[in-house]
Amino acid sequence: MSPIHRRRVAAAVGVVMLTATACSMLEDTDGSDDPGGTVVLVTHDSFAVSKELLAEFEESTDLTVETRASGDAGSLVNQLVLSKDAPLGDAVYGIDNAFASRAVSAGILEPYASPGATDLVAGLAFDDTSRLTPVDYGDVCINVDREWFADHAIPEPQTFDDLAEPAYENLLVVTDPATSSPGLAWLLATVDAYDEDWTDYWARLRDNGVRVSDSWSDAYFTDFSGAEGDGSRPLVLSYASSPPYTVARGGDEPPTRAMLDTCFRQVEYAGVLAGAENPEGAQQLIDFMLSQPFQRDIPQKMYVYPAVSETPLPPEWERFAPLADDPYQVSPAAIDAYREEWIRQWTATVVD
Amino acid sequence: MDRNGSRLTAAGYALTAIVPLAFLGLFFAWPVASIIGRGFVADGALDLTAFSEVMARERTWRIIGFTVAQATAGTALAVLLGLPGAYVLYRLRFPGRTAARALVTVPFVLPTVVVGVAFRSLLVEGGAFGSLGADGTFGAVVAALVFFNYAVVVRTVGSMWAHLDPRPEQTARALGASPWRAFREVTLPALTPAIASAASLVFLFCATAFGTVLVLGGLGYRTVETEIWVQTTQFLDLRTAAVLSVVQLGVVAGSLALAAWSRRRREVALRLRAGATDDHLVRRCDLPLVAFTTVVVGGLIVTPLTSLVLRSLRTPEGWGLGNYTNLATTGSRDALEVTVWRAALTSLRIAVDATWIAMTVGVLIAFLLSRRPRQPAARRTIGVLDGLFMLPLGVSAVTVGFGFLITLNRPPVDLRSSIVLVPIAQALVAIPLVIRTLLPVLRAVDQRLRDAAAVLGANPRWVFTAVDLPVLGRSLGLAVGFCFAVSLGEFGATSFLSRPDRPTLPVVIFRLIGHPGTGNLGMALAASVVLAMLTTGVIAVAERLRVHSAGADL
Repeated sequence: MSPIHRRRVAAAVGVVMLTATACSMLEDTDGSDDPGGTVVLVTHDSFAVSKELLAEFEESTDLTVETRASGDAGSLVNQLVLSKDAPLGDAVYGIDNAFASRAVSAGILEPYASPGATDLVAGLAFDDTSRLTPVDYGDVCINVDREWFADHAIPEPQTFDDLAEPAYENLLVVTDPATSSPGLAWLLATVDAYDEDWTDYWARLRDNGVRVSDSWSDAYFTDFSGAEGDGSRPLVLSYASSPPYTVARGGDEPPTRAMLDTCFRQVEYAGVLAGAENPEGAQQLIDFMLSQPFQRDIPQKMYVYPAVSETPLPPEWERFAPLADDPYQVSPAAIDAYREEWIRQWTATVVD
Repeated sequence: MDRNGSRLTAAGYALTAIVPLAFLGLFFAWPVASIIGRGFVADGALDLTAFSEVMARERTWRIIGFTVAQATAGTALAVLLGLPGAYVLYRLRFPGRTAARALVTVPFVLPTVVVGVAFRSLLVEGGAFGSLGADGTFGAVVAALVFFNYAVVVRTVGSMWAHLDPRPEQTARALGASPWRAFREVTLPALTPAIASAASLVFLFCATAFGTVLVLGGLGYRTVETEIWVQTTQFLDLRTAAVLSVVQLGVVAGSLALAAWSRRRREVALRLRAGATDDHLVRRCDLPLVAFTTVVVGGLIVTPLTSLVLRSLRTPEGWGLGNYTNLATTGSRDALEVTVWRAALTSLRIAVDATWIAMTVGVLIAFLLSRRPRQPAARRTIGVLDGLFMLPLGVSAVTVGFGFLITLNRPPVDLRSSIVLVPIAQALVAIPLVIRTLLPVLRAVDQRLRDAAAVLGANPRWVFTAVDLPVLGRSLGLAVGFCFAVSLGEFGATSFLSRPDRPTLPVVIFRLIGHPGTGNLGMALAASVVLAMLTTGVIAVAERLRVHSAGADL
């Protein structure tokens, strides 16, 4: 065969293989004709549940669960508000306390009091109308690379004020509240901690060389020195549940810890969407999320704490992922009223 | 031709136009107009006060200024560095040329999250180039934009260059012109349409860059695109977003008009050779260009890619292939719903759909736009359409996506949950690339050839098959390659249209990076390397596809 000929044959074989293996996706429809029907769960990209659990739920209820991810928590709520007249699904999971008020006041939710919602961790309930059911919560805090501080013989910081001290100049990386949900949460923590003076605090952080990354992964993996990356900053904005994941294989203690005096508590809610085609299915789904198997699954799959009290935690969480005793909190109504304004002020202080 | 015949021809053109216009109308114009319209309607009445309000903010002007500045710098650099690259990769013959061509295309398809890790880990304090202090600077953003778009210039200009008849330049040289003068006065004018095409594409990509700016620009830099994203998804401030979308369209339309103007001055019938391309072995006088291109490709593309590959080989246990064997799993602590290989298969299948949609629509449009009707009105229409069909590149993914939400939401077109939207959204981005790849070649065909064929009794379809298709040759393969590349790498629209149970490769990579757990980052990097290799392979195959021509010298 001449080289040109051979090439053409190779190309033809390649094309045929591609079309044969890959074919078209368009004919794929999912044959979901269970007697109980389909229930559509609209959620954010971080939603995860063990496959076996979901399969058990589908089997016991004759429902088929279809999930639809819609970006992060903010994007999720805003899409639901926009598509209110023709809802995207039946149930929603992943509305957090930063966006809860907007969801409720926009009228995208139907009240539903799940029987499982009677025994929740204190302080998580949104209001008494049962439009939002707490499913899990977590603390957003500054994490410390303990090895770095030991190597440099500098004491680890403990408080908000410490972070603005010259000893910790150029050591902190946080995320942008306009583009990242932990970033917004931590901004709220400073609002609660400093009241009107919170912009002054951020001005101090700015002068002390705080770096602002665009997303959690960018900050944690590229800038932070304590994770798998080899960044140069030993202080990073992350979660109280992050440290257990930094335990080296064969090691027994994490080289990082969370600064528990710098935490903001995030709560995630589920709810039944107004105008749902299958409201009963949505209610069953919410009951399922509050059931023990699902609640126990939460830390493993979504790295947050179960909302139902006394749910057992993974052993490494018991040891290395304590929650803050007294986390900072801002009322959802205040968040909804001032979120944009605070982000603007923050941008004006830190960026401009 | 009698009157009846010309009426028939007109009907044929109209029919050809219906498919692409209906497609773009339904999946682009309607959703985008609806979401922008929401920002300008208050209580059922048109309200344009948002304009004066948003444009009065100093911040808005700073954002616009930065958008234009970074796009201009990125485009200028990509063209300046890319021209020698096009020559070396498409005009010279050397072993490994196909591999080199594929290599420069890799960045084009890498998800920005990965580029963030690969690029930034070199630039941060303590990284290999940390001493430059470039992290979070304008320079870093522009470098990344060039990294992404170098291939657009090399491929678009290169494919034209490869078909250029070398004889005029040889003649000029024989008549005593210096190589530089021969290039400047003979070759460069002939290449101008392709350069303008590539530059307008790159400008659009740079002006609407999203992830690159967010990850590498750090905080100081916001573009119109990132601001639309924040205002829409985070603030639901549709008024501000609508004003910014109109501004973005204005910037885009302006740049397109400029490109069209420079093309129109130059776009003349060229002597193109179908089939056999004219390339030659590296000569001594080519060495400076070869050296230059080697340095550019080495520094700009190979270095970040090498850092990516190296990091993908680093596992918690040391160096090894552990991250790659993990691709058959769902990640540490089941971070994923499907294995990475499964996601790769989904990506390929979606890419096949996106490619055939984009090629069908794109080829039809390119065919229509390449005609040169005698009536001035018809010519003007074609000029306007030429610009309009580029607009999908100038509108942000979030505007299109949120537009889908409020338009395609009721039967018979409730497509919001359908996976069909994924290849459609990707095709929207690929169509302008198809047009810009095919059009310069089609327009270079001497209209007299088509007229001659028509006089001899060929209908428009026949004229296309007999005259245009053979010249398109490799450009069709090139366009197919672009479509695949766009589809495989697309993240913005795909991330909120794809179904969680059937994620694509970039979506899986994003998810892995976002999930703590030993090994997930390594797996994400290994998956990125797989994505890069997959794309490179598909493109290499597509490049070899060509419509067989009898080697006609047109």
